[in-house]
Amino acid sequence: MTTLTEPRHARAIERGFLARLVDRLGGGLIQVALVLIAVFWLVPTLGLLVVSLRGETENNSTGWWTLFSKPAQVTFENYGNLLASGFTSSFWNTVLITVPATVLVIGIAAMAAYAFAWIDFPGRDAVFLVVVALLVVPVQIALIPIAKMYGALDIFGSILGVVLFHVAFGLPFAIFLLRNFFVGIPRELLEAARMDGAPEWRIFATVVFPLAKPAIASLGIFQFLWVWNDLLVALVFADTANQPMTKALQSQMRQFGTNVDILAPGAFLSLIIPLVLFFAFQRYFVQGLLAGSVK
Amino acid sequence: MASIVLNGVDKIYAGGVKAVNGLNLEIRDGEFMVLVGPSGCGKSTALRMIAGLEDISGGEIVIGDRVVNHLPPKDRDIAMVFQNYALYPHMTVEENLAFGLKLRKMPKAEIAKRVNEAAKMLGLEQYLKRKPAALSGGQRQRVAMGRAIVREPQAFLMDEPLSNLDAKLRVSMRASLNQLHERLGVTTVYVTHDQVEAMTLGDRVCVLRDGLLQQVDTPQNLFDNPVNLFVAGFMGSPSMNFTYAELVRDGSGAAVAFAGYRLPVPDSTFAEKPGLDRYIGKKIILGIRPSDFEDAVAANGNAAGWVRIPVRANVTEELGSEINVLFTIDAPPVEHKDTVAAQNDGDEEETTLPLSGDKSLWTARVNARSHVRPGQNVELVVDTHNLHFFDVDSGLSIGHEANVGR
Repeated sequence: MTTLTEPRHARAIERGFLARLVDRLGGGLIQVALVLIAVFWLVPTLGLLVVSLRGETENNSTGWWTLFSKPAQVTFENYGNLLASGFTSSFWNTVLITVPATVLVIGIAAMAAYAFAWIDFPGRDAVFLVVVALLVVPVQIALIPIAKMYGALDIFGSILGVVLFHVAFGLPFAIFLLRNFFVGIPRELLEAARMDGAPEWRIFATVVFPLAKPAIASLGIFQFLWVWNDLLVALVFADTANQPMTKALQSQMRQFGTNVDILAPGAFLSLIIPLVLFFAFQRYFVQGLLAGSVK
Repeated sequence: MASIVLNGVDKIYAGGVKAVNGLNLEIRDGEFMVLVGPSGCGKSTALRMIAGLEDISGGEIVIGDRVVNHLPPKDRDIAMVFQNYALYPHMTVEENLAFGLKLRKMPKAEIAKRVNEAAKMLGLEQYLKRKPAALSGGQRQRVAMGRAIVREPQAFLMDEPLSNLDAKLRVSMRASLNQLHERLGVTTVYVTHDQVEAMTLGDRVCVLRDGLLQQVDTPQNLFDNPVNLFVAGFMGSPSMNFTYAELVRDGSGAAVAFAGYRLPVPDSTFAEKPGLDRYIGKKIILGIRPSDFEDAVAANGNAAGWVRIPVRANVTEELGSEINVLFTIDAPPVEHKDTVAAQNDGDEEETTLPLSGDKSLWTARVNARSHVRPGQNVELVVDTHNLHFFDVDSGLSIGHEANVGR
C-alpha cells in the first residue's frame, strides 16, 4: 500500500491545496454515496429483524420503525414460539440437504474439471460441450421425469432425492467454472509436479486444488446459496417430514392473516447462516494465489 | 549419473508436423550438452521427449542402460528446470525443494539434510521460509535449480532456464551454472536459443534446425569448422560474412576472387579441406568471420602475411573492447536458404542499411585502438588461413570431414 500512496501524495502536493481539497471532497462524496446505497439495500433486512423482535399485536397495529422510539417493545417471544413449533427440524433438514449438495458438487466438479482441463482422453472436447450444453436445461422441465424416476427408485420425498437433484443441476455450472479456472494454471506447474514424481491424484490434491481455492470458494458460496434458498425443488421432492426451511415458511402463509410472528424470525434465521458463511470465506475471493509461481 | 542416447528419435505432432526428425545424439555420462537452434527447431521438443513429457513418435531414448520410451517421467530419474521456473506458489521455498523427495517417501532427516545442502550451495538459506511470490527473479531461478539438485537425479534437463533473467544476472547465473556442473558432474541437457550461452556452457553443442541435427561438436570446433552455411551463420556474433566468389588458380597460386578483391588461398587450406581443389574455376560461397579481420594500422606488424583489403566504413559500433566496422562490398548478398534461416532467428540485431541489389553488408571486428570512423576509408587485413568455403547448391562446407563423400 505504501508504494501506492506515496506517489499519489507527492502528486497532490505538486497540484496545490485546492486540487487536494477537491480530491478529498470527491473521495468523501463517493464514500457517502456508497454508504447510502448500502444502507438503502439493508433496510428490508433490518425491517425483517425488527419485525421478528416485536409481538404479534404490535406488528398488527404499528409500523416496525416505531421500535426505535419505544424500545420496550423488544421481545424474544417469537423466537421462542418458533423453536417450540418444530421449526428446528426443518432447519436441520435444510442443513442436511445443503451441506452434502455443496460438498458433492465441489468434489465431483473439481475432479471432472481437472480431467477436462489436463487429461487427454478421447472425446474430451465433445463431452465437455455436452456439459456446457446442459447449462441451458431449465430445472422445470426435469421435474416430472425425475419425480417418476424417484418413484421407481423409492426415494421420492426423501432428503437423498432432493440432494441428488441439486447435485445433478449444480454440476454443469460447477464443472464449467472450475475447468476454466484450471486451464489458466500454467502447464509447467503440473509438469514440474509430474517430474517430481507426483501421480495424477496427487497433483490434483496438492498442486491444483490448493491453487484453485478462490474459484472453489466462489463456487461453494454460489452452490450453497442456491440450495439453501431453493423452494421449487423442495416443494416437489421433499415430503413434510423432510421439508427444508423454505418450504416450512411457505406453508405458514395463511389466506387471511400474515402469520408474521412466525415468518419473520424464520426468514431471518434462514438468512443469517449464508451471511456468516460468506464472511468466513471472503478472504479467499481476494487472494492472488498464483503469484510468484512462474516468471 | 548416466549417459543419454537418442536413436533415430522422431516427433510427429497431430496434423503431420515433424518437430524432430530422426535425431541421433549421444550425451556422455557427466557431459554438459547444449541443444541450440532458432525457435521452432525442435530443441525443446527433444528435451521434453527425454523428460517423458512428450510421447516419442519413433526411435528410442536410452537413459543409462534402460530404454525409457514408455516410462512415465517419474520413473526416469531425471529432474527438469523450466523456463518459467514453475515453482509451487502455495508452498514455501523449503516445501518446494522437499516436494519431490517427500513423494519418494524419503526419511525426514535425509530430506532436511539435502534441502539444507542445496540451499547452502545456492545461497538460499535465509529464504527457506518464504513463498516464491516474495522472491526476486534470480532467487526463484535458484529455487528451481535447487528443486532439481535435491533429487540427485541421473541427469538435469534445462529448458532455457536463464531467459527470464535480465542481462547482467544472466551472465552471473551462467557462471554459477558452470561451477555447479563442475562440482556435481551430473549429465546435463540444456536447451537455449542463445548461441553465446551455448558456446560458454556446453562441453559439446548440438545445433538443430527444423527438427534436423546439423552438427554436434565442441564450441570451438563448431566455430572453426561449421558443417554448413546454417551453422556458420548461426554460431558466432556478429555472424559470418558471406559472398559468392570464384576459386581460381594461376601462376601465383590459388586465390578466391569476389567483388573486385582477390584473396590468396594458402596451400595448407587445400590440405585441410580435401576436395576443395575440385572447385577451382567454379563458383562457391565464401565465408569470413568478422573476427578474422583487423584494422591494418592497429594490426601493425602482427599481421605478417595477412592480405590487405581497402574498404569504406559505413557504420562503426564501438563496444569499448572492440569496434564492429560495417561496410558494403560490391557483390549481391548471398540468399541461400540456410543463411536466411540463420539470420532471421539469431537474436542478433543487424543494422540494416538500405542496400541496392548488388551490395552486401559485411562486418569486421577490429581492435578498439583503431581510429576508424563512419564514412572513412580504412584498410583491413584478412587472415586467409581461416576462410570458409561452401558449396553453392547444397550449402555444405567444402572439405569438412562430415561432408566428404556426400
